[in-house]
Amino acid sequence: MAKNAQHWEKTKGLLIVTLALWAIFSMGIFLFGAEMNTVTGPFGYPLTYWFTCQGSLGFFVILIFWFAGRQEKIDEEFGFAERGED
Amino acid sequence: MIKGNFIDNLPKIYGIYTGGFIAFIIIMAIGEQMGMTAKAIGISFVAFTVAIYAIIGWLSRTAQASNYYVAGRSVPTVFNGMATAADWMSGASFVAMAGGIYFKGYGYMALLVGWTGGYVLVATLLAPYLRKFGCYTVPDFVGTRYGGNTARLMAVIVLTVASFTYVTAQINATGTIASVALDIPFQYAVYVGLISILLCSMLGGMRGVTWTQVAQYIVLIIAYLLPVFWISNNIGAGFFPHFMLADEVARIGELEQQFGFVKNSAADLATVPKGLAGITKAHSEVNATPWAFISLALAMMMGTASLPHVMMRFFTTPSVKAARKSVGWSVFFIFLLYSSAPMLATLSKLALIDPNLPTGIIGKSIAEVQAIDWYQNWNSANLMFVSDFNSNGTVELNEFFMAGKAVVLATPEVAGLPYVISGLVAAGGMAAAMSTADGLILAIANAISHDVYYKMIDPKAETAKRLTVARVLLVVIGFAGATIAAMEIQGILGSVIWAFDFAMSGLFWPLVLGVWWKRANKEGAVAGMVLGLLSGLFYLIWVRNGGSGFLGITQLTFGIFGSAVSLVAMVIVTLMTSEPSSAIQKMVDDARVPAGSQVISQK
Repeated sequence: MAKNAQHWEKTKGLLIVTLALWAIFSMGIFLFGAEMNTVTGPFGYPLTYWFTCQGSLGFFVILIFWFAGRQEKIDEEFGFAERGED
Repeated sequence: MIKGNFIDNLPKIYGIYTGGFIAFIIIMAIGEQMGMTAKAIGISFVAFTVAIYAIIGWLSRTAQASNYYVAGRSVPTVFNGMATAADWMSGASFVAMAGGIYFKGYGYMALLVGWTGGYVLVATLLAPYLRKFGCYTVPDFVGTRYGGNTARLMAVIVLTVASFTYVTAQINATGTIASVALDIPFQYAVYVGLISILLCSMLGGMRGVTWTQVAQYIVLIIAYLLPVFWISNNIGAGFFPHFMLADEVARIGELEQQFGFVKNSAADLATVPKGLAGITKAHSEVNATPWAFISLALAMMMGTASLPHVMMRFFTTPSVKAARKSVGWSVFFIFLLYSSAPMLATLSKLALIDPNLPTGIIGKSIAEVQAIDWYQNWNSANLMFVSDFNSNGTVELNEFFMAGKAVVLATPEVAGLPYVISGLVAAGGMAAAMSTADGLILAIANAISHDVYYKMIDPKAETAKRLTVARVLLVVIGFAGATIAAMEIQGILGSVIWAFDFAMSGLFWPLVLGVWWKRANKEGAVAGMVLGLLSGLFYLIWVRNGGSGFLGITQLTFGIFGSAVSLVAMVIVTLMTSEPSSAIQKMVDDARVPAGSQVISQK
């Protein structure tokens, strides 16, 4: 059972990191929406506008793939990964 | 041509399908040049695509429960991503989203963030664990995890309330498109839409829906992206709009300054046809308070993670690992459309209001605008309207009105694209609305047939009988939805957002704590679902009837209140009652480890 507990601790750790990043890019930055929008962002769009069109959305795609990869590593480390391909 | 296993051949099959669809578009374009009428093109597009979906639905027919409920758990990650994206992007995303951005700007774009960010919650908190559980439906998870029919039944009720709110809007959208494309009255078109929807799902259940949704995704993404790129090139805004519209966004800001947002008198506005709006908000400026933006995004994100028709798509992957990756692919495919919607809104607005562009109508004389072909078409469809309020003979920014859906439907024509594109857009809108409606009707029918009929009423029922019940329910629920849709009660977008709030009020915490809090028990879950759903519902009724609300929670975000009540109720009641049995705690432990067999075995 100790192995399960350790595995779960690591899983929870990854969850907290992932959700913290999620909260920053889905909510945190928009606390400063008005201020950020005066800055020029990627491709010349106003920064806040860019985040709502592309930035945050694209970040979520990357974040989920990153999370999936890290979680797989954790599962493998404890020998909890599934056998066989996807 | 195709040898061997169906799953191994998927890329080839859908590759051929995509090629075939593009060839069809080209044939239609040639047809248009040779004098095919607009009506014939519209009918061909809708009829051709719906016929293909029906064929896929027929080929996917099955008599096995695991195929019917979870597509045999054999859907590869990328294809499940496409199917989820089609399942997810409804008529509202396709037809109404760009319009919402066009009119409301920043405040509305919280939906884009919310409807993608929610998948982070799906991937981290729920999908892999529910997949490991091995349930057929979301209430199946609730019923097994907490034990007892009360919890299961409550989950079915929340699911039905949320999904049914959503599905009427989708059937409404299929009806709208079918009525325009086939030129028949809306009341009949709704049933044409419904029959198309049922053709995809009735014989093959989840398997049929999966493979039609992949086909529908391909149609809808081509139908959305092709016009955006084409329009951008046509008005000289850049060949890759997503990276090149900064000047256009700035130009719109300039024009807004120049024209100013003049407020119309109530008497003037009363002459504008219902459902049309003028441009009253800045395009790219921050026009909402941080809390208004964040609360709407948060409600949509938690709602995303609680909507059963999305969650059940991740039950179809071959493994837990695949379920996680598949969530990533889903958001990627959604991202392709969502990142294009603001670009379409920008192009559409610029094309219409910039006096330097030949298509711009602001500053032209009223008579001149009223003589434009496309203006006459869309005006007679009640989607566009100009009026000379100040009697100076020219159209001002505050004298031009448009319906939200016109941004997607009319911009191709405004920018001078051939009619074949409008036919393509109709097919795309139909695909978007059909795929979501299919997922929703199936979610409701499966929950009732599997959780209520099979698990509670007749646990000894034969597979054949179970599937017959499931199919009968599918038809009944579809007709109920179509009948309500035919009454045209709410707008498309309002009811979609309510569905998210209902789902998160009742289901978010019972699902999340079911995985992440081993101590959570049946009494707590039931209290959380009942009190969450009821408090959300009462808050909505209160605000709708002139109540002031509190903490800035509106009728669009009432789920924040409902889910907070749900969380508190669930924790308090759980702690006041005994901890769950060791068998259930073992179940939770098993669900947390990807390796090994599913927690519950299904017949």
